[in-house]
Amino acid sequence: MSRDTSQEAVLERASLRASVLDAIAANKHLKGSLLPILHDIQNSLGHIPSEHVVDIAEALNLSRAEVHGVISFYHSFTTSPHGKTVVEVCRAESCQAKGGRLVEAAVKAKLGVDFKQTTDDGEFTLEDVYCLGNCACSPSIRVGADIYGRVTPESALQLIDTLKTADAS
Amino acid sequence: MSLKVYVPQDSSAISVGANAVAEAIAAGNTDIEIVRNGTRGLFWLEPMVEVETDQGRVAYGPVSPSDVESLINQGILDGDQSHSLSLGLTEEIPFLKNQQRLTFKRLGIADPLSIEDYVAQDGFKGLARALTMTGQECVDEVKTSGLRGRGGAAFPTGIKWQTVLGAEGEQKYIVCNADEGDSGTFADRLQMEGDPYALIEGMTIAGIAVGANKGYIYLREEYPHAHAMLNQAIELAVETNYLGDNVLGSEHSFDLEVRLGAKSYICGEETALLESLEGKRGVVRAKPPLPALEGLFGKPTVVNNVLSLSTIPVIFADGAEHYAGFGMGRSLGTMPFQLAGNLKQTGLVELAFGVTLDALLNEYGGGSASDRPLRAVQVGGPLGTYLPESQWQTMMDYEELASFGAVLGHGGIVAFDDTVDMAEQARFSMEFCAEESCGKCTPCRVGAVRGVEVIDKVRSNTDHQENIVLLSSLCNTMESGSLCAMGGMTPFPVKSAMQHFGEDFGISSSKSNEQAS
Repeated sequence: MSRDTSQEAVLERASLRASVLDAIAANKHLKGSLLPILHDIQNSLGHIPSEHVVDIAEALNLSRAEVHGVISFYHSFTTSPHGKTVVEVCRAESCQAKGGRLVEAAVKAKLGVDFKQTTDDGEFTLEDVYCLGNCACSPSIRVGADIYGRVTPESALQLIDTLKTADAS
Repeated sequence: MSLKVYVPQDSSAISVGANAVAEAIAAGNTDIEIVRNGTRGLFWLEPMVEVETDQGRVAYGPVSPSDVESLINQGILDGDQSHSLSLGLTEEIPFLKNQQRLTFKRLGIADPLSIEDYVAQDGFKGLARALTMTGQECVDEVKTSGLRGRGGAAFPTGIKWQTVLGAEGEQKYIVCNADEGDSGTFADRLQMEGDPYALIEGMTIAGIAVGANKGYIYLREEYPHAHAMLNQAIELAVETNYLGDNVLGSEHSFDLEVRLGAKSYICGEETALLESLEGKRGVVRAKPPLPALEGLFGKPTVVNNVLSLSTIPVIFADGAEHYAGFGMGRSLGTMPFQLAGNLKQTGLVELAFGVTLDALLNEYGGGSASDRPLRAVQVGGPLGTYLPESQWQTMMDYEELASFGAVLGHGGIVAFDDTVDMAEQARFSMEFCAEESCGKCTPCRVGAVRGVEVIDKVRSNTDHQENIVLLSSLCNTMESGSLCAMGGMTPFPVKSAMQHFGEDFGISSSKSNEQAS
């Protein structure tokens, strides 16, 4: 694959790298700083760009393989960008006991994707999650820092419509 | 003084609309003070609004934003209790009144971040006492209390502390395991969101006891609200010298830092957690060495669950004997049970050990939410066994449950009604293990994947008898050959489902007992 050398692409890569270096600078002083660094990058960029793993590795005196190993181990970290909105549907037992499987099916059908996939228009990524600690108000869905409880298939679909509208405006 | 109205800021309450309710109340009533308290733990009533009256706090719930107008018109701000959502005095609601709250004595009463309110409710009393004691006296106090690890392993907390106290080393650590991953559990979250200073105080006392000056709270990423609350609480505690250099003018210093996990269930296992804190893959360590001797960054480390550490303040404030006066046998004190799944009345029930599961399900839980018969109850998280009705008279006590292979774990109780397919649940247990295995040992890493396949064959009736035998054999291999509880206990829900609900696997009930054994 040839590298895109257009001015825009070069600028974008520079900005990605700046975010990575910022995250390193902000956390490097901590003991065991790799996870805080990865969280910062994931939060600011929505993923951890593979081509900048080397920057992290060099800063922490680790091998690229070690950094890659940590990124691939944790569900929170991804190396490709996710959709604009990440919808996490809880699949754990308490939600199952309250009809969570119906919610899962409704959301999958609505978005037309399976778990860990992104819609074609790049709007939504659907993620499975194993417990949001909202088990006394099951079933649950999380979108960013917002958690929704007592979700039904109908209310889940409404929620997605609302998110679409919010995103479009 | 203006009238106080309480609307919880707990994330579960918010998940069902508490913020919108608070806004609706505030919109039309500028002369009242809205306190965003923690939840009382009566979740089926959330959002639960409380109004302060001369008789005490009066509760209303579950309140939706559209109810607010009629509630106000009915005169709830003057203490009117005739509205259909009126629940009477909060403290008189049986679900709450009949509890024995020690760890959670302050839950939902005040603004969780108010140090004044915390101190007014016996907060930092235990810390003040611990500062007058030697490390050994502190450890002895914990031993006397009988406290056992509330994360699930139930190891005596005092013994763990003793090992760290006796370990050589300039640098020691207190690590709080706040990676509450078990489905059906939320007590750690309630503690951190609803009474964060109790955890801070407990960790500080642990530091004084074993000689550690640095603590880490390893918090799961799935708890963004708890994260914000802890960081604010730590900041306020540092400002008031309950944390930091020379705590309350003493010779003891204690710094506390929150670190986020990254969605990995296995990081709730203490050695995987330490690896993760060090910035590595959350792969389980072989023991020995014990974390108490070589833990975080190779230093002697106390690793305790949120609930264990948050129970320390009440033990020090009221005395170890008082705490040990609750419970039965070797399970002393109280246990915060968490009622979840298909129950009418879900929430937090803190009681002395010894209550029956049936009482929790029916007296506290009010039976199934769906009004269908309850069929199976999973106790102790995704690695806990499924209990059929014949076992619901069991007393909730570590040894009682262990006597037939069940576990109390972190106190999560998830009830299922009779629409549940237990073979599907067994498949999920294996699927979950495959998803979350750290991959270090083969029985867990490969066994879980094969487990899903074998259960699929059983469910599709492919070579049924052979695959039933194979599944039992696989369970035994995982149980005895895995490095930690992830692979070692995944067979618990699978085997119990086969044993007690054999019909869902296409095996006759008389045969299912021998198959699973």
